[in-house]
Amino acid sequence: MRNDPANQEPTGPVLAADGTPLKKSLSRALRRQKMRALLLIAPLLAFVFITFVIPIASMLFRSVENDIVANTLPETVVAIASWDGTTGELPDEEVYAAFARDMIAAVAEKKHTRLGSRLNYELSGISSMFRQSGRKMKRWDPVEDAPFKEKLIDLHDGWGDVSTWAIIQTYSAPYTSGYFLTAIDMQLTPEGVTMQPEDKRILIRLFWRTLVMSLVITGSCILLGYPVAWLLANLPASKANLLMILVLLPFWTSLLVRTSAWKVMLQQQGVINDVLVWAGLVADDARLIMINNQFGTILAMTHILLPFMILPMYSVMQTIQPSYLRAAKSLGATNWTAFWRVYFPQSVPGIGAGSILVFILSIGYYITPEIVGGTKGVFISNRIAYHISSSLNWGLAAALGTILLAVVLLLYWAYDRIVGIDNVKLGG
Amino acid sequence: MGIPPYATFGQRVWYYGFRVICGLIFAFLITPILVVIPLSFNAEDFFTFTPEMLSFDPEGYSLKHYQDFFSNNEWQRSLKNSLIIAPIATFMSVCLGTLAAIGLSQSHVPFKGAIMAILISPMIVPLIISATGMFFFYSTLGNWMESTLGLDKTLVGYIKVILAHAVLGIPFVIITVTATLVGFDHSLTRAAANMGANPVTTFFRVQMPLILPGVISGALFAFITSFDEVVVVLFVGSAGQKTLPWQMFIGLREQISPTILAVATILVVVSVALLTVVELLRRRSERLRGMSPG
Repeated sequence: MRNDPANQEPTGPVLAADGTPLKKSLSRALRRQKMRALLLIAPLLAFVFITFVIPIASMLFRSVENDIVANTLPETVVAIASWDGTTGELPDEEVYAAFARDMIAAVAEKKHTRLGSRLNYELSGISSMFRQSGRKMKRWDPVEDAPFKEKLIDLHDGWGDVSTWAIIQTYSAPYTSGYFLTAIDMQLTPEGVTMQPEDKRILIRLFWRTLVMSLVITGSCILLGYPVAWLLANLPASKANLLMILVLLPFWTSLLVRTSAWKVMLQQQGVINDVLVWAGLVADDARLIMINNQFGTILAMTHILLPFMILPMYSVMQTIQPSYLRAAKSLGATNWTAFWRVYFPQSVPGIGAGSILVFILSIGYYITPEIVGGTKGVFISNRIAYHISSSLNWGLAAALGTILLAVVLLLYWAYDRIVGIDNVKLGG
Repeated sequence: MGIPPYATFGQRVWYYGFRVICGLIFAFLITPILVVIPLSFNAEDFFTFTPEMLSFDPEGYSLKHYQDFFSNNEWQRSLKNSLIIAPIATFMSVCLGTLAAIGLSQSHVPFKGAIMAILISPMIVPLIISATGMFFFYSTLGNWMESTLGLDKTLVGYIKVILAHAVLGIPFVIITVTATLVGFDHSLTRAAANMGANPVTTFFRVQMPLILPGVISGALFAFITSFDEVVVVLFVGSAGQKTLPWQMFIGLREQISPTILAVATILVVVSVALLTVVELLRRRSERLRGMSPG
């Protein structure tokens, strides 16, 4: 073999040991490697999809789902579609007959009370109407007892009210924006979208309060976290590690423990009030009210979330060269200028990372506001829990949850852009 | 960080003032946890220091709240439930999470960003939203398991809570294990394969011992997530799956009893132990990484 390129014949592509072209062989190896990686990830991805992504998707779906009216009253929904409620006239006998047939079937399956409570969210009083009428309609016959219009109006005045039928017509579609409108203090009425009456507008205010209180908590975390992170980053490692324990211990302690500690300390007969009375700062009959209000929520949550602010700040500040500060000072900067113009701008990524983390966490907090917040210091999450477990208006809970989720995902996206998900650090 | 001898009076005031401020913030961080511990030994059913306690009179202290915790059926049942649910959920998230983290740390993974975002999302989505979603879906899932698979109602309740807790623990396992794998020298697995070990042997004899610290600290995070979780279990579980945090939550909201403080003290001791283990592991892995090439 001669190595003179001028005399070499063109031999085609380079071959691997087994005779296949090298390029093909390499790409096959790469493909195999990708497949192996995906196979390792697949079980977990499937698990997360089933146990987490689908539940969240089902919540999103539930916030617009409204098939209960169409499912329980299938014939009525068809019959009432052509009725014009704005004329102020009641629907025809045809609609009443269809409704009676649907109701008799629904009562037999005991589905009418659920429909009643569903429609009650939109027009209060309609639930008892369905229940009362259902009891009597049980004995009716769909053919022999016709016509139904007079009988139904005799049974309950509500059936002679145009607004009842207008509500049924408005909510007969299988999907509705009604829950979302309720979630932002509006309502879907037969006349179109309007604001809720003044005394029922609570949710926008609650969203606003959640946002403002989360901002206050984030702000106080920055104020308290910054000096501590600076101290930890600038002390010699042995001392910093010792002080770090004071940050990490609360971080690792159960949330319930810290919440109970605050409940114990903030009570009117609690430790803080006792100390203040003992020190003579507060009279015994004028003990401070620090719990079951916004102050309690903000104080307790600042304490609980402070480690989440300190740790990202600390890891950023550790990378800032102290020589920059010395350089600034040797060029004639005062301490303040050196800090504000040189050190602070370099520590901003840490503040940003910590702030977004604390804000995301606080905006969806439930346990602490529930226990120390009373009625004035609760968040939107407490309202969601209320609708799930007490008022059973699951559609509205889902709509509130969807709005909150949208806000959090937006912040999550911002966090990913600024910090990167891969850079999330735990425990220092 | 000492103060230079030429510092002016103002600088000295600032230097010491700053340290006092930091000291106060540290006190703010640690006091609530420290206050709970002596109060749990209170002989009275109060939530504050009695005069006897302040004068260090032995009469003022007792173990009766601890006795109540260890003899009360409600508390014992909830402790037992927590000790059933948390380890199984941790085991599931560690097995699946470690496998996926190894897959994710390979050099060519398609859609890596999207996959990572999905796997981390249980940590980012607020618990109340996860709980709401799970509340809807898991009740359907539970009904299906009861009617189609014919499983016992209690068992289905446990399965639901365990699945929910396992998925909440996964992001922590993924984060800690991928962080450990960054420093992993892949030529070691190639060397093992070269010497005739099959992939399974390579994994258990070569890779696993080296990434073990990351796996353990991920497991501890997953465990504490489940052991400390209350929102999801409130929504997904039924009374039969009442866990320790759930019992504490009820205690705090309704009939607040000093037994909570005894439980809180025990949990503080547990978290100190966990913190120590994590810290030791972190130092060990830092030391190992310092020696390994790259």
